Amino acid sequence: MPDRAVFFQRYGVGLALVLLIIFNLAVTPNFATSQTLAVNLTQVCTIVIVGVGMTLVIATGGIDLSVGSLMAIAGALSPMFFTGELFAAPLYVGIALGIVVPIIIAGVFGLFNGWLVTKFSIQPIIATLVLFIAGRGIAQVSTNGDLQVFKVPEFQAIAIGRVLGVPFQVWIMLVIVAVAAFILHRTVFGKQVLAVGGNEAAARLAGVPVTRIKFLVYAISGLCSGVAGLIVIAMNSAADANLIGLGMELDAIAAVVVGGTLLSGGRATIVGTLLGALVIQLVRYTLLANGVPDPAALVVKAGLIVLAVWLQRQEQN
Amino acid sequence: MRGWGISPSMAVVAVLIVLTLLGAWRYDGFLSEYNVQSVLRYNSMFALVALGMCFVIMTGGIDLSVGSVAAFSSVVAAHLSGYGLLAGLLGGLGAGLLAGTLNAVIVTRLKILPFIATLATMLAASGTALLLANNQSVSVSYETGFVDLGQGDLLSFMRPEWVDGDNAGVLGGILGFILSFPTPAFIALAAYIVAGIVIGHTAFGRHILASGGGTEASRLMGLPVDRAIFFAYVISGGTAGMAGVILAAQFGAGQPIEGIGWELFAIASVVVGGTLLTGGKGSIGGTLAGALLLGIIFTILNFENGMGWISLSAYWQSVVRGAFLFVVVVLQAKLSLRQEA
Repeated sequence: MPDRAVFFQRYGVGLALVLLIIFNLAVTPNFATSQTLAVNLTQVCTIVIVGVGMTLVIATGGIDLSVGSLMAIAGALSPMFFTGELFAAPLYVGIALGIVVPIIIAGVFGLFNGWLVTKFSIQPIIATLVLFIAGRGIAQVSTNGDLQVFKVPEFQAIAIGRVLGVPFQVWIMLVIVAVAAFILHRTVFGKQVLAVGGNEAAARLAGVPVTRIKFLVYAISGLCSGVAGLIVIAMNSAADANLIGLGMELDAIAAVVVGGTLLSGGRATIVGTLLGALVIQLVRYTLLANGVPDPAALVVKAGLIVLAVWLQRQEQN
Repeated sequence: MRGWGISPSMAVVAVLIVLTLLGAWRYDGFLSEYNVQSVLRYNSMFALVALGMCFVIMTGGIDLSVGSVAAFSSVVAAHLSGYGLLAGLLGGLGAGLLAGTLNAVIVTRLKILPFIATLATMLAASGTALLLANNQSVSVSYETGFVDLGQGDLLSFMRPEWVDGDNAGVLGGILGFILSFPTPAFIALAAYIVAGIVIGHTAFGRHILASGGGTEASRLMGLPVDRAIFFAYVISGGTAGMAGVILAAQFGAGQPIEGIGWELFAIASVVVGGTLLTGGKGSIGGTLAGALLLGIIFTILNFENGMGWISLSAYWQSVVRGAFLFVVVVLQAKLSLRQEA
């Protein structure tokens, strides 16, 4: 591979991000404000958190279409605990349960995806399609499709509380990114994830517990979706099973792909996913801030995705 | 699929028939003209989209753009409907074919994975639809007869009076029943018949299946693999475009934000119908049965609620559909694993 190709592969997204920031500093009014930063970061938070799980799944050569529906399940279940609808509990106990239980349930649904993929060798896109369809239904049925409005600042702090002036959800995102990047690049588990995606048969022969790895990545993807679902409802101070996480699977996949993770598995970057999501968001912000209508920004996003993947292909040849 | 005794497509047709008979036996008015008409009118769009998806999946690809392409086409058709039925029809269809061609070029020329290529087209079509529609739905013209494409009953003019008489008999009943089918159902049916002939009896159909069965091997044998794949995406764009025309005609407006999730519904129909997602094998008839089956679940839920025994919200339909997909894919997987063993 020529040096230039290596350079673009490693730093292409970062470079794009830097160029976008420079462009905006020069052109867009009021760009260098903490408000602009907060707006853009909160827009990408849930995408990045879901994208981290998606990156791990894609690294094994899989895909997870169910993320949006799992967000809806977690988001729809959570208020039942802290609004006292199910049982009366002290506020902080309710909040703790409302955070922990939905995330675990989302993780268990992730295990279900893993079970379909490993036990029956069903292609990931079909296996996760089951919960994509049924998952939102489960969320809607469990709330009867009603909007649950609440005002519980102690819970909503997970999204809109601020630490050092930065929204708490951004901290959650950064922690998840840091932990996942460490796991992927510095631990045996991470190497095994990449090995499964690179060449599953070879990995199996080399003694990698392929089945367990796959189970785990889908479970992690479920957990990440659960966290993202809670952030969405905390931000909106309402849970709407019909809308939470709608279309999230495609946003997350786009971020992963633009970030430089190979869709065929074997090569993945968590930080790339963060940067990919930021680039997509910043392109949209740049266009909107300069008077381009939102639908046109969608078309540009489409071009961006094709360009990123096409560049990846050129590098491989 | 030989050696399974019965093919999955036959099984899904059987389940469809059993469910229909069950519905007819259990619920009053299940097979009434009104109910059948409305089920067919609404589900014809999904059946069309699933048909195009079936072609793409047979080549081993996937088309995520069908929903937003249908929305895009519905907007184009609505804008052109003032110039006549034909203008709206051809405009919508053309918009779909254009989007399909874009997919085809990205997949076969730029060699980008179908999943990503059609994801991009999905966004682009959705954005273009919103731009053309100015972010709102676009009314169709009611003066040119365009709405007949969605709301009309194509053959109702042929319906003789005697079939409504007291002594029409079984034959008259069936004749009247068929002649009352809505126009979209005839459009979808015609598309399925043509597709069945193309897949079963033409060289192009064999190329489609061969390109999915073993792309490299087929290419080495000199088969025009890329051309087959190219046209599979164009066809999928065309059927999505036609679905968009029906959408606009049926609801009287081009709808730029419709179509969300249609792609996955279409994939589910194709898979339930017994087409392997790995390509190379597929059933046109099974896909039709799969689409109708997923559609009929909603109707059965409605009727069951009407009986008053149990009360299930409409939201149960996605749970039931998902469960159905689950059962089908697990059975398929078990059968194919056993076959390999």
